[in-house]
Amino acid sequence: MLRYLLSRLLTFLPTFFGVTIISFSFIRLLPGDPIIVMAGERGVSAERYEELVQQFGFDQPLWRQYIDYLGGVIQGDLGQSFVTKKPVWDEFFALFPATLELSVCAMIFAVALGLPAGVIAAVNRGKLFDRTLMSTALVGYSMPIFWWALLLIIVFSGMLGLTPVSGRISLLYYFDNTTGFMLIDSLRSGQSGAFTSAVHHLVLPTIVLGTIPLAVIARQTRSAMLEVLSEDYIRTARAKGLAPFRVNGVHALRNALIPVVTVIGLSVGTLLAGAILTETIFSWPGIGKWMVDSIFRRDYPVVQGGLLLIAVMVMIVNLTVDLLYGFINPKIRKR
Amino acid sequence: MAETTMTAAATAAARPGRLKEFWFYFRENRGAVIGLWFFAAFILVAIFAPLIAPHDPTQQFRDALLKPPFWEEGGSLTYPLGTDAVGRDMLSRLVHGSRYSFYVGIIVVTFAASGGIVIGLIAGFAPKWIDTIIMRVMDIVLAFPSLLLALVLVAILGPSLTNAMIAIAITYQPHYVRLTRASVLSERSKDYVTAARVVGASKSRLMFTTVLPNCLSPIIVQAALSFSTAILDAAALGFLGMGAQPPTPEWGTMLAEAREFILRAWWVVTWPGLAILITVLAINLMGDGLRDALDPKLKRS
Repeated sequence: MLRYLLSRLLTFLPTFFGVTIISFSFIRLLPGDPIIVMAGERGVSAERYEELVQQFGFDQPLWRQYIDYLGGVIQGDLGQSFVTKKPVWDEFFALFPATLELSVCAMIFAVALGLPAGVIAAVNRGKLFDRTLMSTALVGYSMPIFWWALLLIIVFSGMLGLTPVSGRISLLYYFDNTTGFMLIDSLRSGQSGAFTSAVHHLVLPTIVLGTIPLAVIARQTRSAMLEVLSEDYIRTARAKGLAPFRVNGVHALRNALIPVVTVIGLSVGTLLAGAILTETIFSWPGIGKWMVDSIFRRDYPVVQGGLLLIAVMVMIVNLTVDLLYGFINPKIRKR
Repeated sequence: MAETTMTAAATAAARPGRLKEFWFYFRENRGAVIGLWFFAAFILVAIFAPLIAPHDPTQQFRDALLKPPFWEEGGSLTYPLGTDAVGRDMLSRLVHGSRYSFYVGIIVVTFAASGGIVIGLIAGFAPKWIDTIIMRVMDIVLAFPSLLLALVLVAILGPSLTNAMIAIAITYQPHYVRLTRASVLSERSKDYVTAARVVGASKSRLMFTTVLPNCLSPIIVQAALSFSTAILDAAALGFLGMGAQPPTPEWGTMLAEAREFILRAWWVVTWPGLAILITVLAINLMGDGLRDALDPKLKRS
């Protein structure tokens, strides 16, 4: 196990350096003078230009710039926003809870519906329920989620007037963001209606972001269950006279879960890509919207820092999944 | 083993049989056949777009702004699916939009697959240290969520459909590299490869003529699947304003332009998205059928 752990960590480090090289190159790859490009139509004074050259270290040789950049990254210094002048690191972690809250809700939504749906479909293989469910799952999997979001807005906000269209909570409520998670903060604030308002704002983004993971999990659970259901030990369990619910729900599902858990872990990258679209449409103040806004504002230090932090996060999650997987399944470790 | 003496001529002779076998298994999957029909229709629409579309996709009919589809009150058959906010015919724009999606799918898959296959073959055949470097580089690209990386690449290259395609192709490449390398590694130690090597086949012959044809099945399936994700991603970039630029009738760009009218004119939002969904769904159905027909593990069951 220790050897497996070490070998996984050893592949993590070069990838980390590679990711820093990519985010480092980003500003330097921009066509033209990056400072002029960032300043755009606003323009930039001669003194400010000099100051920025110093700040980015453009007067240094390239290898020097990279060493300085890497040193900063390791100490949590990712430079500051060109627009707000705040450190990128602080901005990221101020907005991150919003994205985390949305992603966790979307994942709970996807697992809570997808897992039972996949199990029921597998048990009723080839029957009407199975076929309907799998066609629905394929539609969900093929869904352009930005369009799906607009449709839900038309129906639930426009026609039925049930849900708000943007933001995390109604402007009527104000309280301090102690945890950054709106559901928890609104409960703690004790204001009546605040929590309900937060939930209302969360419903549509959760459905939109959870749709593709839901389809993937349902499909994956079904195929993993089908494989497990043909095993000898399931026949034994049935022959012993165990209740079908116990056989399917406990014996089979437990073994079918391994590939499903992997899929859930590996969909973090997909979830973040989905968050970019979902947050932009619902004006959800998370890192996805922050990245898109920064690209449009030409706030390239933010784009550079956000790119690095998101990639590192995805890498850490993937590494954790890998390690967990090796822990659950000893066969993997031997490779 | 018959494979040991397999020559190019024998492969050619075996092909009609293989194609027939493929069709036999593909036909079993009803969804895949339906997907194939829809995909064929999509290609025909893309090819004959100027003949099918009733109007020019960018012509603005100033006296017919936001006309509803013909079955709604106030709609007319002149604009069967209605018009958008500046009076352009929705149907004509949708029909022309199929060209861009088709174009995106073809270009992205061609570039990502051909690049990925070559790099994957090299990784599979080269000495271990080159293999390690290649795979680490691919890990680095895969660490970024594909849409985010594509967005950032477009920010560097400048927003346009061509740049969006380049960016998407780059983010898809690692999947092909991994897939090709994995099949190369499992094929390389087989007897027929050793035989070819003993006979004196050159390295490039081994790579492209001996091994590659036997690695193609998973790559073909991946190509079908990335054709549809490429359409989705290009539309998403268009929607965010980083893909095709207005007034191009690209489906994602059309949705972005329609956004402000969602509560007033449902049709300007509904049609482009439905077009994306149906196209992507048809290709995914086809991809499922391809996988079932090409994967020998599932054939026996």
